[in-house]
Amino acid sequence: MNVANEALAGHGPHGGHGAHGPTRKQYSIGFALAIILTVIPFALVMSHTVAATPLVIAGFALAQILVHIVYFLHVDTSEEKRWNLMALLYTGVMVFIVLGGSLWIMHHLYVNMVPHAMHGNVWK
Amino acid sequence: MSNDPILVQGGNLALRRDYADHAADTLRDLRRSGDAVDFEVEHHHDVASTIQLGFWIYLMSDCLLFSGLFATYALLNSHTAGGPAGSQLFDLPNVLIETMFLLFSSFTCGLATLAMNADRRNATVGWLAVTFLLGLGFISIEVREFAHLVAIGAGPDRSAFLSSFFTLVATHGLHVTCGLIFMAVMMVAVLKKGLTPTNRARLVNLSLFWHFLDIIWVGVFSLVYLFGVAR
Repeated sequence: MNVANEALAGHGPHGGHGAHGPTRKQYSIGFALAIILTVIPFALVMSHTVAATPLVIAGFALAQILVHIVYFLHVDTSEEKRWNLMALLYTGVMVFIVLGGSLWIMHHLYVNMVPHAMHGNVWK
Repeated sequence: MSNDPILVQGGNLALRRDYADHAADTLRDLRRSGDAVDFEVEHHHDVASTIQLGFWIYLMSDCLLFSGLFATYALLNSHTAGGPAGSQLFDLPNVLIETMFLLFSSFTCGLATLAMNADRRNATVGWLAVTFLLGLGFISIEVREFAHLVAIGAGPDRSAFLSSFFTLVATHGLHVTCGLIFMAVMMVAVLKKGLTPTNRARLVNLSLFWHFLDIIWVGVFSLVYLFGVAR
């Protein structure tokens, strides 16, 4: 039903192409958000506040990455971007496994194998 | 349709019905697309979006390459081998300026895309030129930083931390350099041949590439520079 409606609606000479094209407003919003999400973590770290924990910095980074994906790369849930979204989600899972898995395994390796006198704790 | 001699001769009614159904479908599709010109437009559009998906898959695989380098850095950044740590080496104001160069270039790259969609050739090339200069500014700050680190004895051969640092950051820098070459080629191509469908498809890929590099940089400045100084 949904697919049929989209097929009919997205059918004229430019088939919904114009409607999905990026707008100046999108770029401006994305740019403003990216600036804010860059300046805040830099300010937190440079002013040596206690709030500048790795978790907070990672949170700002993830938020900015999402802003870039939505406002600059224009990935959305529309039918014509479906495969882009699928590939992106798959990549997200793979990145999570590579990064999280490496840190997890190596952390256990350090804890179990290396004498505690060594400085090689990944969480330090 | 029913007078098709081959089908009548064969006497295969089922096949004939399939053939007729197929023909009717094709006709309906053609009628829906209005006329031959519209059909061509849709066809070009399909090819362009297929190329774009292919490029997207490349970007995603590049993302996996970077995730390996990020993981390596995350694991090795405490292994300074008695050498300098990130907090002693990184100059945050410098990195902030670098980041702003790349962020502004991402925005002007978006403006180039808008100019292209509005069929404004000179504006497209103009915004690409601005993007190029900003990207060049980013690279020159990075090269200067690298030269400084090597000069004070904190080169990639100093420790596992610095090896992984140089590998990760320089791989990103190399990508930006390739992006600059891509951009220079596209400026010449658009000036010479105009905004042809081929050039448009390539410009869309270029902008995807450029925005993608900015996303990787967000990971770099957060994980490498901010984490390095904050800890």
